[in-house]
Amino acid sequence: MSSLTANANSAEFDSNELNALVHEHHDTGGNTVFGFWLYLMTDCLLFASFFATYAVLYMNTAGGVSGKDIFELGFVGVETAALLLSSITFGFAMISAHAQKKAYTLAWLMVTFALGAIFIGMEVYEFHHLIEHGNGPQQSAFLTSFFSLVGLHGLHVTAGLVWMTVMMIEVMRRGLTSQTTTRLSCLSLFWHFLDVVWICVFTVVYLMGAM
Amino acid sequence: MSLFGKLSINAIPFHEPILVGTFAVVVLAGLLIAGLVTKYQKWGVIWHDWVTSVDHKRLGVMYIILALIMLIRGFSDAIMMRTQLAMATNGAAGYLPPEHYDQIFTAHGVIMIIFMAMPFMIGLMNIILPLQIGARDVAFPFLNNLSFWLTAGGAILINISLFVGEFAKTGWVAYPPLSELTYSPGVGADYYIWALQISGLGTLLTGVNFLVTVFKMRAPGMSLMKMPIFTWTCTWANILIAASFPILTAVLAMLTLDRYLGFHFFTNDAGGNAMMYINLFWAWGHPEVYILILPAFGIFSEVVSTFTGKRLFGYKSMVYASGAISVLGFIVWLHHFFTMGSSANVNAFFGVMTMVIAVPTGVKLFNWLFTIYRGRLRISVPILWALGFMVTFTIGGMTGVLLAIPGADYVLHNSLFLIAHFHNTIIGGAVFGYLAGFAFWFPKAMGFKLHEGWGKSAFWCWLIGFIFAFVPLYVLGFLGMTRRLNHTNNPDWNIWLYIACGGAFIIMFGIISQIIQLYVSFKNREALADTTGDPWNGHTLEWSTASPPQYYNFAKIPQVRDIDTWTDFKEQGKAYQPQLAYNPIHMPKNTSAGVLISMSLTAFCFAMIWHIWWLAAFGFISAITVFIKRCYTSDVDYYVQPEEIVEIEHAHIHSATNNQEAKA
Repeated sequence: MSSLTANANSAEFDSNELNALVHEHHDTGGNTVFGFWLYLMTDCLLFASFFATYAVLYMNTAGGVSGKDIFELGFVGVETAALLLSSITFGFAMISAHAQKKAYTLAWLMVTFALGAIFIGMEVYEFHHLIEHGNGPQQSAFLTSFFSLVGLHGLHVTAGLVWMTVMMIEVMRRGLTSQTTTRLSCLSLFWHFLDVVWICVFTVVYLMGAM
Repeated sequence: MSLFGKLSINAIPFHEPILVGTFAVVVLAGLLIAGLVTKYQKWGVIWHDWVTSVDHKRLGVMYIILALIMLIRGFSDAIMMRTQLAMATNGAAGYLPPEHYDQIFTAHGVIMIIFMAMPFMIGLMNIILPLQIGARDVAFPFLNNLSFWLTAGGAILINISLFVGEFAKTGWVAYPPLSELTYSPGVGADYYIWALQISGLGTLLTGVNFLVTVFKMRAPGMSLMKMPIFTWTCTWANILIAASFPILTAVLAMLTLDRYLGFHFFTNDAGGNAMMYINLFWAWGHPEVYILILPAFGIFSEVVSTFTGKRLFGYKSMVYASGAISVLGFIVWLHHFFTMGSSANVNAFFGVMTMVIAVPTGVKLFNWLFTIYRGRLRISVPILWALGFMVTFTIGGMTGVLLAIPGADYVLHNSLFLIAHFHNTIIGGAVFGYLAGFAFWFPKAMGFKLHEGWGKSAFWCWLIGFIFAFVPLYVLGFLGMTRRLNHTNNPDWNIWLYIACGGAFIIMFGIISQIIQLYVSFKNREALADTTGDPWNGHTLEWSTASPPQYYNFAKIPQVRDIDTWTDFKEQGKAYQPQLAYNPIHMPKNTSAGVLISMSLTAFCFAMIWHIWWLAAFGFISAITVFIKRCYTSDVDYYVQPEEIVEIEHAHIHSATNNQEAKA
């Protein structure tokens, strides 16, 4: 009797053990992407804190300029277009990566990088222009919160560009291994996330500020 | 700008005899330890088996060692404050000048919350949570090591501030405009910012790591509602970590920008708004206290059900109550500053929400009481802490509800009544919980039980000392004494200040008992050895492993069908059963990347504090470089072979069953 139960149990354990083994060896990429997604949610809260602060401080111009005086929607529109376009091109890079097309992946990553670099270049130009005209972040709480929120996003995009450079080298040297694809998936999540955040920045800071 | 930024020989406080004495003691103790390590040739062991370890159990032990060291540091601050206040009555100056005293109460708060309670909680979670869910490690073992060293880096910074420069004099909340450059021109506030920032990053990574572990790595059959209750409460705490620590990061970054680059987030001029800091700080700070208390609730649940020999009463209500507390914890932050002057309706909302939290907390208390009801209570150290907690925490909870009434808060705000209240919940709640968990899981982590007698002595000293130290503060609050006073001149307060000081000394005897307990237990570790892996007749999976657990935790991942899985196994006769065959186990290799990255970042923070820009750049770049290098190291894992597993497993089963037969 007891041996029968033991047998039944061991059969049950065996099938589960197999599942556990399969789980163990093939799902680490899934864990990484899930973990990275959770990290992005915490990053989202970091942005939320800066958005909240901007919302509280944007009217405190201390006698200086307000959003209406300094925002040039045309310029920011081009900047925005560059970033939005880079999300699509990253999407193409991911499609190529999943199809194991190394050359296409690299090409699309380069296009994405170029668009991201245009975005950052324009942002740096905008900041420089403002500071040159005496509208630096030290002038008022409005400018403080504006530079910080937009700058925080800019820092993220810059980090994304550095990461993308590292990934391009990795793809060139190692090809599209499963680890590389997992990392590209994380970077892709990061990049799209920054796009979504920028849509909020564009709306809340620039559109609502200039209207 | 000189090579060492603002750092010069004048930064060393030679004129403070207390600090010079402390420094001498620290140096001597450090040399003694280094000497002993060299004598017994343990440097290799420390580096290879501990510092670079990615094993969650060892990291947990290191977290708890850090917490205990910082407990002693934080308690030294506490007893200095109490003796100062007992001496500085009737207009006397006492022995601590105000600028030193202000640093002490700031350091006490920061250390106890960030570097004692948090590492203690995270340490217990590290050791136990993966074992409870039947996992072989956390989701990201390397990240776990990095998190620990980031926390340790913060602790190192705050201890350096004792001997190099100064610490913040702002209170542990560092409210602007006081913490702005205008009013705190020294490096104290910068030490505060960077110590919190770096350890906060570590905590955030821990939160994400354990969430992935819990959601992705549970043993087959363990649905969410079959997770052990400690795992559940830790999971709620981790959700709170992920949701609140980014706010701390943000608000500290803003204060940094104000102090370093002349921004105007919180300044008095140019449209800054200091209340924004206070709002953001408590939007983190209030969830933070639930991060501390929820795992303690989990520990009490495990202890109560184990020592009554019963299933936990109301498991589901416990899970939902923890969830309710977590959600409500996010919509009460304004009760920390009812006096800010929000409209009556805003204050009323936050007051009501605060009172509502008493409901799920009450549910938990009744659950524990009903678990004990008609159980057979075995009195031992862990359950004593649990019983003591039920009394002290109830008092703390009730004074909290009192403070939640905005009208009453206008009278009690910033008074010692508030100080008594939060110590009542943090010591009588969280710390008692961790100490219960410490006594409960110590044999699991170290392989031998703690001495009972000294444990009981510690408990009674803590409980009685706690009552004597903090009940007077309630009275003093009603008598109108505010917090953070350096000296007093009101004869009516004196007697209560003396009693509170006496209470602190009774707690000191509790801590001394614990040190003796560790020493005595270590000396008698053969006699106190736990050979079964299950010293308390436990309910959950951590007790199925050896003590200390096999480094791979489980030779075979267990199949779960009950909340109390281990009880289920024991009842079914499935406990201690050898397997016919074992598969190789995939394990991560130890790495020095974590400690290198965080020490680089600690150097970066130190350099930022003292404006040593070249060192800051070096530290930052070095951290990034080590990280990228780590990403491209392929030699990160290995397989444990079945022969070795068979040996370890048989030894455990042999030892456990022999011992049981001996008992029978």
